[in-house]
Amino acid sequence: MKRLFKGNEAVAEAAIAAGCRCFFGYPITPQNEIPEYMSWRMSEVGGHFVQAESEVSAINMVYGAAGAGARAMTSSSSPGISLKQEGISYIAGAEVPCVIVNMMRAGPGLGGIQPAQSDYFQATKGGGHGDYRMLVYAPSSVQEAADLTYKAFFRADYYRNPVMILGDGMLGQMVEPAEIPPAADVSALPQKKWAACGNNGGVQRVINSIFMAPDTLEEHNAALTRKYEEMARSDVMSESYMTDDAEVVLVAYGIVARICKAAVDILRAEGVKAGLFRPITLFPFPYREIATLADGAAERFISVELSCGQMIEDVKLALYESGKRPQCGIYARTGGNVMRPEDVAEHVRSGRINKSWIK
Amino acid sequence: MDKIVFRKPPLLTDAPMHYCPGCTHGIVHRLIAEALDELGEFENVIGVAPVGCAVFAYNYFKCDMFQAAHGRAPAVATGIKRARPDSTVFVYQGDGDLASIGMAEIVHAAARGENMTVVFINNGIYGMTGGQMAPTTLEGQKTTTSQSGRSAKEHGNPIKVCEMLSALTGPAYIARVSVHDVKAVKTARAALVRGFAMQKAERGFSLIEILSTCPTNFGMTPQQALCWVRDHGTAAYPLGVYKDIGLPGEGRE
Repeated sequence: MKRLFKGNEAVAEAAIAAGCRCFFGYPITPQNEIPEYMSWRMSEVGGHFVQAESEVSAINMVYGAAGAGARAMTSSSSPGISLKQEGISYIAGAEVPCVIVNMMRAGPGLGGIQPAQSDYFQATKGGGHGDYRMLVYAPSSVQEAADLTYKAFFRADYYRNPVMILGDGMLGQMVEPAEIPPAADVSALPQKKWAACGNNGGVQRVINSIFMAPDTLEEHNAALTRKYEEMARSDVMSESYMTDDAEVVLVAYGIVARICKAAVDILRAEGVKAGLFRPITLFPFPYREIATLADGAAERFISVELSCGQMIEDVKLALYESGKRPQCGIYARTGGNVMRPEDVAEHVRSGRINKSWIK
Repeated sequence: MDKIVFRKPPLLTDAPMHYCPGCTHGIVHRLIAEALDELGEFENVIGVAPVGCAVFAYNYFKCDMFQAAHGRAPAVATGIKRARPDSTVFVYQGDGDLASIGMAEIVHAAARGENMTVVFINNGIYGMTGGQMAPTTLEGQKTTTSQSGRSAKEHGNPIKVCEMLSALTGPAYIARVSVHDVKAVKTARAALVRGFAMQKAERGFSLIEILSTCPTNFGMTPQQALCWVRDHGTAAYPLGVYKDIGLPGEGRE
């Protein structure tokens, strides 16, 4: 049954439904409802909540709990996610499954507390040191935030890899009807034989990311890469809206995709052949799907972002795979500002390729 | 008839240790294994190795192990203990790891009274990286980053971890011991047993600081290094029990 949820609370309750029983957080706006919700909800379901001394500690508590076999999660917002990068790198290197929520705010530095998408590079290209990737889910509604958070725990376990929910301040704060997926039977899940959970019956298990011999580490890197390649084959998710005959394709994710959908409706009512392509996974990025649109009717692609030109780099990479050479530009707002559907529609009408926040 | 009077504790592997000649890590590893063996804790032990010379400690202990990022071991152990409250968790950290980069993690794990046992190796120097100044380096002690000797004015003062942590409400047991001679080793062993007993009785956080040597980076022979700890280490870092809230049945609860 649907009920009203704030985005942050839907994420928290969906994690509980997925069997998350260990949550470690630290206050930072605009994600505070997640640790606040977990602080009372975890005790109801027999789980554990710790308000850590820092984001650095919170992600290391996730490493410990998840490495010991529990479904574990942490959440934060941009500056706090930067602090977690060391831990995320260790988690990826040691192949520990977990879920990390980033309700993005504008940066760099302390920036502001209003919505942004300026952690795209950090989320999709690694973030911490060393060669690694995370699955990155970008929900655009409260319902999808719940569904993707739930799914994230299963994909994390499957790959033994961190999964990031990349939302923003608006998604975290807005209230919409949503239905939380039914509670998973965690006892029925496959045993994590690799987990260092004690009682090992004489066979030691080590959670570790140190490989001193170059050949051994290279093979480890290769094994990780094969995993990321499997993600690229199996995990890509996207949504197309009115793209079949679209000559102008807006590419947008998360909350911006909602705005662009309204812009497409405005433009279609005027007879402009506009469409929306929405990546749901940002890693793996739907390169092939965008190239297919370019091979068809699309002549102009506009990356609509709350960042100074980050996702557009992946859109351009996707177009490189196409036999055609459509135009590719950007429409961006930053600093916590969000574009209106009318702004996007006007930009499309103007025929311009690039329009940014820079006057 | 032959009788076994000395054996390797079951928690230790047969792997030859990589530590330098005269280094006391090997002694402490053995004492941890003996202490857990004495308490019958073997089946359900999880250890956390630090960054530093003991980074490969998982090669020497048979239990499940984690390798933590520099300084983060108490946070990792917090996560482990929440996920597996029935397990016996020990954390192994050096002085750079615990008292410098990991100061926030150790203070807050202690303040929360996390039911874990921390073994804190204080040899006053960064061993693995080649003998740089540690937060515990003594005044006047020469290191590769305090080549004229540590001065309070220039480098700050040594940090006394047991004194600091014992001021908190959370810890159940805080003791400083040494391993510079046989008598000290026996005291250290008893302190480790008591620390693990605290955890087993769910009394909360225990930390055993062990004054140790690093002959390689002290520029001393193993024997000179032990004498240095006896004469200078214990003078700066007095040995003893800094906090003990008692075990059940001792009438101190």
